[in-house]
Amino acid sequence: MTLAVEQLVITQGDFRLEADFTLAEGARAGVIGPSGGGKSTLLSVIAGFFAPRSGRVLWHGADITALPPADRPLSILFQDNNLFPHLTAAQNVGLGLRPDLRLSRAQKAQVGRALERVGLDGFGDRRPAALSGGQQGRVALARVLLRGRPLLLLDEPFAALGPALRAGMLELVREIVAEAGLTLMMVSHDPRDLQALDGVAILVAEGRAHAPVATEALLADPPPALRAYLG
Amino acid sequence: MARSAQPLGLWAGAAAAALLVCVVFGSLAAVAWRAEGAARFGPADWAALRFTLTQASLSALFSVALAVPVARALARRRFTGRGVLITLLGAPFILPTIVAVLGLLAVFGRSGILSAALGWAGLEPVRIYGLHGVVLAHVFFNLPLATRLLLQGWLAVPAERFRLAAAFGFGPRDVFRHIEWPMLREVVPGAVLVVFLICLTSFAVALTLGGGPRATTVELAIYQAFRFDFDLARAALLALVQFGLCALAALVVYRVAAPAAMGGGLDRPVERHDLQGRGLALLDGGLIGLAALFLLTPLAMIVMNGVPGLAGLPGTVWLAAGRSLLVALAATGLVIAMALGLALAVVGFERAGRRGAGAALEVLGMVALAASPLVIGTGLFILIFPIADPSALALAVTALVNAVMALPFALRALLPALRGVEADHGRLADSLGIGGRARLRLVLLPRLRHPLGFSAGLAAALSMGDLGVIVLFAGGDAATLPLQLYRLMGAYRMGDAAGAALLLLALSLALFWAFDRGGRRDARG
Repeated sequence: MTLAVEQLVITQGDFRLEADFTLAEGARAGVIGPSGGGKSTLLSVIAGFFAPRSGRVLWHGADITALPPADRPLSILFQDNNLFPHLTAAQNVGLGLRPDLRLSRAQKAQVGRALERVGLDGFGDRRPAALSGGQQGRVALARVLLRGRPLLLLDEPFAALGPALRAGMLELVREIVAEAGLTLMMVSHDPRDLQALDGVAILVAEGRAHAPVATEALLADPPPALRAYLG
Repeated sequence: MARSAQPLGLWAGAAAAALLVCVVFGSLAAVAWRAEGAARFGPADWAALRFTLTQASLSALFSVALAVPVARALARRRFTGRGVLITLLGAPFILPTIVAVLGLLAVFGRSGILSAALGWAGLEPVRIYGLHGVVLAHVFFNLPLATRLLLQGWLAVPAERFRLAAAFGFGPRDVFRHIEWPMLREVVPGAVLVVFLICLTSFAVALTLGGGPRATTVELAIYQAFRFDFDLARAALLALVQFGLCALAALVVYRVAAPAAMGGGLDRPVERHDLQGRGLALLDGGLIGLAALFLLTPLAMIVMNGVPGLAGLPGTVWLAAGRSLLVALAATGLVIAMALGLALAVVGFERAGRRGAGAALEVLGMVALAASPLVIGTGLFILIFPIADPSALALAVTALVNAVMALPFALRALLPALRGVEADHGRLADSLGIGGRARLRLVLLPRLRHPLGFSAGLAAALSMGDLGVIVLFAGGDAATLPLQLYRLMGAYRMGDAAGAALLLLALSLALFWAFDRGGRRDARG
């Protein structure tokens, strides 16, 4: 098993979330549930921004619970602020190679290829303000490619995009995940996103992150908590 | 914690904090140590304390009383140049005191334009020196501040309330009774207090327009005990009294006095529906015109009188200007390094969950507000005197004290901005492993350009125009431009003084403009 979450207890004021599940290598897991249920918090804990009250996060059996975010085997995209607004697209991507941005010529070529891969050839000199929302998402994905970390966490980074653009971005995510052999955890509040992902689903509701199950099976026969949410 | 530690800034923060403690508390300790001696608080000292309180009270009352109609007129009228005028209301903060005094002399002085006008009418010329001169100068500086504070009060009234008043058919009188008066009752006492406290710590105005047994403030008395009598024990005792006054002043002034950004947010006129009458429009226009005249005429006189003298300025003035620029740039560099170090350390503590340590450091950064520059100067003089010639260190000490005094304002601009950057971009930087100096270079400094530029501009202008601690230390040949200007005035070389004043005004504004502008340029995204 690639990612294991062992008897994790997360508390934040009155809020409490328990999680205990494993995720297979190469899995594409959608994380779904009512807002305020703790989907983002779960990702924050796995990514290392928020310490759990108890329990462990394991990657290939190694305990990563205490590692700083940058040392974990993962990339994460947030709901917003995934790019630095004062840096160009190429610089934002280059940060995935070297956090101090002192890139060699070869590394700069790598950045160019990554931008090309996400369909942004020639956009390297633009700053985020001069890019559309979809293009900004692509820049962030290009950086994920260069960072080359095996686990990808997406905390609804495409939530602000329209349906057509979002479908396109999910398609790109699937391609990148497949090409690079990544394991994916993606938060979404829309069951259609999960269907498009065509993988497993983790339901986060009523203080509990449930073990992943096949998405189709979950949506065909939703448990009461999910049924109430889907309406 | 599953979070990277942030040693970044802790060293700089610790160094800045140590320097602050040494300068502020070390000098105070030196003062307290000397004050133990023989000096007692004599009748002249009581007179100084009384005068300090009297002039501050009068200045506060006049400033705010005049600000009420002006702020009301500004709040309810829109006209071309309104934005510029409101921006100018923030300008006295960086206007060198000595320049303003010279401008006021050109208007209200014995040979000023007002006296000339009175002379044509066969009346006696006005006398500006003494209590009313000090109050006049303080009103000049604080009428704009009070107007800004009251304007905030007007803008804080929800627009719906004025719409409701319109729906009820309220006239201006009803609006005043039901909306404006309750607002003023809340805002005016605070504004009076702020101006009162600022005037308590005024030195340069009292130095130039006061003086003599009947118009000496505590700060001025420190200077005189020092400079004329070389009575260190008495200077120290007065310094302790002044520290008490300042500590009181600081707590309040910090929150409201310095413009957070020049005129920011105040350029929105209040929407009003009850102002149809022509008479009212004329009244408001007249009030705004009078206030602008009062504020701008002295500055215009500086420019008019200064231009002819500029070309023939003696070399000593240019040398002094050079020294002042050096002092201002050194103070600016120091204050930015200290403020950035402290802010990084404060936010570093907060992010590590150690809020107590962060808050303690923040308070320490603000402590300079409680220290009068003259008190620090006295303390440093006491410390330096046994080991070195204080006048040899005059410029270095001036830069240091200027930096310490400007630190709270820089910190107030930087800290919220830094917190905002970390809130918006900190997680992304953490997830990518951008730490240490790379974080400073790639993330923090680019995002902090604007507040850094603004703080640097504020610090440079304040230091450029400062006439405070330098008068304690300067020997004959190390004058800064404000001190040189003061000496020219004392020698009645008014042509040269006018030229030097224009030069000082131009340099102060240029420094502020250049730094602030540098912070805005290319601030994309």
